[in-house]
Amino acid sequence: MYESIILILDATLRVSAPLILAALAGLFSERSGIVNIALEGKILASAFAAAATASITGSVTLGLLAAMATSVLLAMLHGFACITHRGDQIVSGVAINMLAAGLTVTLGRYWFGLGGQTPPLSQGERFTSITLPGADAIADVPVIGLLYSELISGHNILVYLSLLIVPVCWWIIFKTRFGLRLRAAGENPHAVDTAGISVAWLRYRALICAGILTGIAGAYLSTAHSAGFVPNMSAGKGYIALAALIFGKWKPVPVLWGCLLFGFLDAMAIRLQGAELPFIGEIPVQAIEILPYVLTVLLLAGFIGRAVGPKSIGVPYVKSR
Amino acid sequence: MNDSKIPAWVNIIVLPLINILFAFAFSAIIFIAVDVNPIEAAKTMISGALGYQEGIGYTFYYATNFIFTGLAVAVAFSAGLFNIGGEGQAYIGGLGVGLACLGLDHTLPFWAILPITMFASMAFGALWAFIPAYLQAYRGSHIVITTIMFNFIASSLMVYLMVNVLNQKGQMAPVSRVFESAAVLPGFHEIVGWFGLSFSESPMNLSFLIALLCCVLVWLLLWRTRWGYAIRAMGASPSAAEYGGINRKRLIIIVMLISGALSGLLSLNEVQGYGQQLKLGFVAGYGFTGIAVCLIGRNHPFGIILASVLFGILYQGGAELSFDFPNIDREMIQVVQALVVLFSGALSLMLVKPTERLFVYLDAKKKPKNQLAAEA
Repeated sequence: MYESIILILDATLRVSAPLILAALAGLFSERSGIVNIALEGKILASAFAAAATASITGSVTLGLLAAMATSVLLAMLHGFACITHRGDQIVSGVAINMLAAGLTVTLGRYWFGLGGQTPPLSQGERFTSITLPGADAIADVPVIGLLYSELISGHNILVYLSLLIVPVCWWIIFKTRFGLRLRAAGENPHAVDTAGISVAWLRYRALICAGILTGIAGAYLSTAHSAGFVPNMSAGKGYIALAALIFGKWKPVPVLWGCLLFGFLDAMAIRLQGAELPFIGEIPVQAIEILPYVLTVLLLAGFIGRAVGPKSIGVPYVKSR
Repeated sequence: MNDSKIPAWVNIIVLPLINILFAFAFSAIIFIAVDVNPIEAAKTMISGALGYQEGIGYTFYYATNFIFTGLAVAVAFSAGLFNIGGEGQAYIGGLGVGLACLGLDHTLPFWAILPITMFASMAFGALWAFIPAYLQAYRGSHIVITTIMFNFIASSLMVYLMVNVLNQKGQMAPVSRVFESAAVLPGFHEIVGWFGLSFSESPMNLSFLIALLCCVLVWLLLWRTRWGYAIRAMGASPSAAEYGGINRKRLIIIVMLISGALSGLLSLNEVQGYGQQLKLGFVAGYGFTGIAVCLIGRNHPFGIILASVLFGILYQGGAELSFDFPNIDREMIQVVQALVVLFSGALSLMLVKPTERLFVYLDAKKKPKNQLAAEA
């Protein structure tokens, strides 16, 4: 029993890592006033960029950099459309998602000829798991041994990064001048403008932060979690991250919990497949699958707590003349 | 009232066309990037989509789907609501059609089944739109987020039903039994056959005519009824509409029910016409394409028909393309579609400012001459 709990939590961490990164990306962008339903497309595009670059150059670091560059580029496209040209943020997000889904497969087929996949990556071209010091030594110690060697040790560096980045984001958003201005741009852009600060440039910078984070999330999917890119491998993770962002009420630490919860549900769904539970019987996997969405809908509707987004979210800022 | 410095014909016809040209130009660059001559590709696509009767049939079969989802997005858009949930509404609408067909195809003739399946598709689609609409109207949750979530819920629900309930006894495949011929929509080739004409066999079917009828009805609704006036008023200015005595909450629900019903009708074409059985994933992104269709069609039923045919050509032509060019598959069409959404939708305001400046400049050039003429 104890062992299976540890294993489920271990899987939870692995599934949650890209969600945390993507949800924090969404946090930067939405806190500055830009709706980001393009998370999905950016994850997909950067997953492809990471795997393609890693497989061509043999370097996983270059893959990560390429992923971040691709994702930032898409974020800038989003910004160009919705900040510079005041386009509809949702339409722009839909366009980016379609573009990523189409381009990754088209370019992948052309470059690698494997029906849109990238060649499988070897050990050196991936982020491999890190064994923390002493993990093997205490593995046999009861209770703590398993906890340390299975749950805490043995993940790849991006998992640890995704956890470390949560306090960093909290600090940037709530304790720095940039963060204060960024939040103000999402709540009351006119005030920011009156203070002589460019709303557009603030929002662009927020999108760059978002791009970097989704880039890491994408690289995680194709070069850490699995070994290579397959078409549509983001499989709705961007939307789950968006749900977690709302579930965490646009605050870094609650967002982390939201991601861990959704990751846990995902891990449970895989584990419970076909299993009979006492009293309840077999739970359909789909019932667990939809829980993140149902919970988010309920929360948004105010049935369990209340989630209120940044006030000026989704509204293009027009400088009054 | 109209303070735009751009003449109406430029705004309605020229700018949208330039936006589409931009999208095609960027698509051409991507074609070149994967070693395909874009002009050759365009030729293949056009001849594949319009060059022979079966191709034309396929083109209009795709167009049927786009008309339904395009109209669905347009009706909601007119009221200032973004219904991104066409995908899920069409999927659940298909469940309605499927259940009606499976239940009735042994007992009733076609002409009795058709009204029932039409009603079922609309009712199920509308039901799936009702919950997000209610939550938006009465609980203030954002309709875009809820409809996205409902797409995923619909998809999981359908997987569960197809795998556990509706599949055939003793078989693993998640498909229902094939409908009896009494339930299946007549193909277009059969319909023209009744009038003594001939047309090659294709998936195009009766639902295309239903789609055209829906265009007329939506046009009447939006521009010739009080509801339509209220809908457009709300789209133009929610606060003014409310001040004018329009019940906003009720209207949100009515609009979304209509929008969901239109999305649901897509399944007539896909389930009752083309697939002739219930299966997984038959909506295949048509709901999202509806957004592109609505943007190009500028929210107007007539524009939506033209845009739907354009996308029908892209889909059918794209399928032909993948036979002739090994570097390309259907995904390429998604790229073209994405660029169209980007340029016609997200970047639709990009050209307004420069055009405005151009016309101001032209005006300024004209004026001195006029003044001189006046002085002389």
